[in-house]
Amino acid sequence: MSTTRSRLAPWLFVSPGLVLLIVFSFVPIVAAVVLSFQQVAVFGQGTWVGGGNYAQMAGDPLFWTSIGNTAVFTIGTVPTSMAIGLLLAVLLNRAMPGRALIRALFFLPMVAAGVVVAVIMAWIFNGDYGVLNNLLAALGLPRVPWLTSPDVAMLTFVLAVVWTRIGFCMVIYLGALQAVPPELVEAMTVDGAGRWTRFRRLIWPLLRPTTFVLLVVNVVFSLQVFDIVYVLTGGGPGFATTVLIQYIFRTAFTNGEMGYASAIGVVFALILLGFTALQWRANRRAEEVA
Amino acid sequence: MTSLVHDTRPALEAPAAAPAARRSRMTPGRWVVWALLVGGALVMAFPVYWILVTALTPGGQSRSGEFYLWPSEPTLANFAEAFASQPVGRWIVNSIVIAGIGTAITVIVALMAGYAFAKFSFRGRGVLFGAFLVTIVVPAQVTLVPSFLVVVDLHLVDTIWAVILPRAGDAIAVFIARQFMLKIPDALLEAARIDGAGELAIFRRIVLPMSGPLVGVLVILAFMGKWNDFLWPLVTLQGTENLTLPVALSSMQSSGIFDNPWGPIMAIAFLSLLPLLVVFLVFQRTFVQGIASTGLK
Repeated sequence: MSTTRSRLAPWLFVSPGLVLLIVFSFVPIVAAVVLSFQQVAVFGQGTWVGGGNYAQMAGDPLFWTSIGNTAVFTIGTVPTSMAIGLLLAVLLNRAMPGRALIRALFFLPMVAAGVVVAVIMAWIFNGDYGVLNNLLAALGLPRVPWLTSPDVAMLTFVLAVVWTRIGFCMVIYLGALQAVPPELVEAMTVDGAGRWTRFRRLIWPLLRPTTFVLLVVNVVFSLQVFDIVYVLTGGGPGFATTVLIQYIFRTAFTNGEMGYASAIGVVFALILLGFTALQWRANRRAEEVA
Repeated sequence: MTSLVHDTRPALEAPAAAPAARRSRMTPGRWVVWALLVGGALVMAFPVYWILVTALTPGGQSRSGEFYLWPSEPTLANFAEAFASQPVGRWIVNSIVIAGIGTAITVIVALMAGYAFAKFSFRGRGVLFGAFLVTIVVPAQVTLVPSFLVVVDLHLVDTIWAVILPRAGDAIAVFIARQFMLKIPDALLEAARIDGAGELAIFRRIVLPMSGPLVGVLVILAFMGKWNDFLWPLVTLQGTENLTLPVALSSMQSSGIFDNPWGPIMAIAFLSLLPLLVVFLVFQRTFVQGIASTGLK
C-alpha cells in the first residue's frame, strides 16, 4: 500500500501545475507554430498558406524596422546599465554614511510597473510642460523634443529603461563583489597594488561569470521590452521606436493578422532561444567557478 | 542561477562587521565620491518623487512652462477628480483581486510542484521538469496569439480568470521552490511516514513550516509580477469597469478625459505604485532576493 501511495503522491503534487502549463503554455506553444503556417482572422477558421507568412516577413519593411529598433534599443540599454551598475556596486561596496539608503534609492525604480515608468517619463520628458524642459528653459537652454522627434525618441526610451535597470545590475554585482575573498585584496594591497590595478587584475576577472550572466539576462529583458514603449511613445513618432513585441501586438490585435503575428512570434522565440542557450551555458560556468 | 539568488542576499544590508574605524577613514576624496553618489541617488529617486508632486499640483501649475520642485498650493483635487470621473475604485479592486487570487494560486501550485520535483523520484520526473523549464525559455509574448485564442475558447475573455489562469502556472516559481526544498532533509519526511502521516499532512505540517523564507520570496515575486502585468490584461480585458490599474493608466494619456490630465494621471499612477513601494520598504531584503532570482528568465 505504501508503495502505491508513494507512486501516486508526486503526481498529486505536480498535477495542478502540470494542468495549468499544458492548457496555457504547451498547447499555445504548439498552436503558435501551427498558426504561423496559416492565415487567420480573429475568430475565423485558418487556411494553410505554407511558408507564406515567413516569406511575407522577409519582404516586410516594418518587420525589419522593428528588428533594427530592437537591436538599437538593446545595444543602447545593456552595456550602459551594466557599466553604471558595476561602477555603483564597486563604489557602494565600501562603508560610508547612509549606504543602505543610497543603495535602496538606486534600486527603487525596479519596483515600478512598466506603465507607471512610462507615464512618469512621458510627463518628465513632455515637450511643453515637462520638468526637464522647464529646467532647461530656466537655465537658458533650448527645449528638446524628447518624444516628438524621431531622432531623439529612441534616446529618451533608452534613458527611461536604463533608469529601471541600473539598480538590478548594481544588486547582482554587489552580491558578486561580496564573494571576493578579502584576503586576496589585502595581499595585493600589501604588494603595493593601487585600486585600479586591484580592480583590473583581481576583481574584474572574478566578476566575469556574473558579467556574462548579467549580459544575457539584460539582453533577454531588452528584447522583450513592451510596456514602457507602448505607453511612452506608442512606437512613434512614425515607427521610430517600434520594437518587436509591439509589432507582434499590432499585427495581431490592430491588423487582425493572427497567423502572421504568430510567425513573427516564432522567429522571436528562436532569437530568444539562442540567447537563453548562452545563458544556460553561462550559468553552468558560473556555478563551476563559484 | 541559485548562486545568483544566494549571493544577493546581503547586498542591501550593511555588513554586520562594518567597522567604525573604516568609517572614520573618510578622506576628502571619499567625501566627493559620496556626494556624487548621493546626488545620483536623488536623481534616481526623482521620478518617483515627481509622481507624488504632480499628483498634488493644481492643474494650472502643471500646465505652465515654469520650473518648480514643490507645488505652490498642494491639493488633493487631482485624486478627487480621478475618483469622480473614472471608476478608479473598481480598478483598484480589480487589481487587488487579480493579483491576490493569482498570487495565492501561483504560490500554492509552485510549492506543490517544487516539492514533487525536489523530494520524490518518479518515472518521467526529468522529462517533466525539463518541460516545465521550456516554458521559462519561451516567453509569454511569443504565445500571445494562441493563448488569447485559448482564452476565447474557454469563454473567459473580459473576466478576472482570463488574466489569472493563464499566468497561474509559473515555472520560475516552481524552479525556485524546488531549489529551496532540495535542502529539506529526507530523514525528516521518512520519519513522519513511518509514524503513519499522510502525504498531504507531511506537506502541510513539515514541509510548509520549513519553507517560510521561500514563501516570502515567492509571494513578493508573484504579487509584483501580477500587480504590474500589462500586456496580458491589455489583451484579455475590455470593459472599462473591468480593467486593472496599469491597463487603465495606459489609456489615459491620450484619451482627453481630463482637462489637465497630468495631475489625475499621476494620482492614479501613485496609487498603483504605493502597494509595491510599501512592500519594498518593509521587506527590502526579500524583495531584492526575489528580483535577483528573476534573472533566471
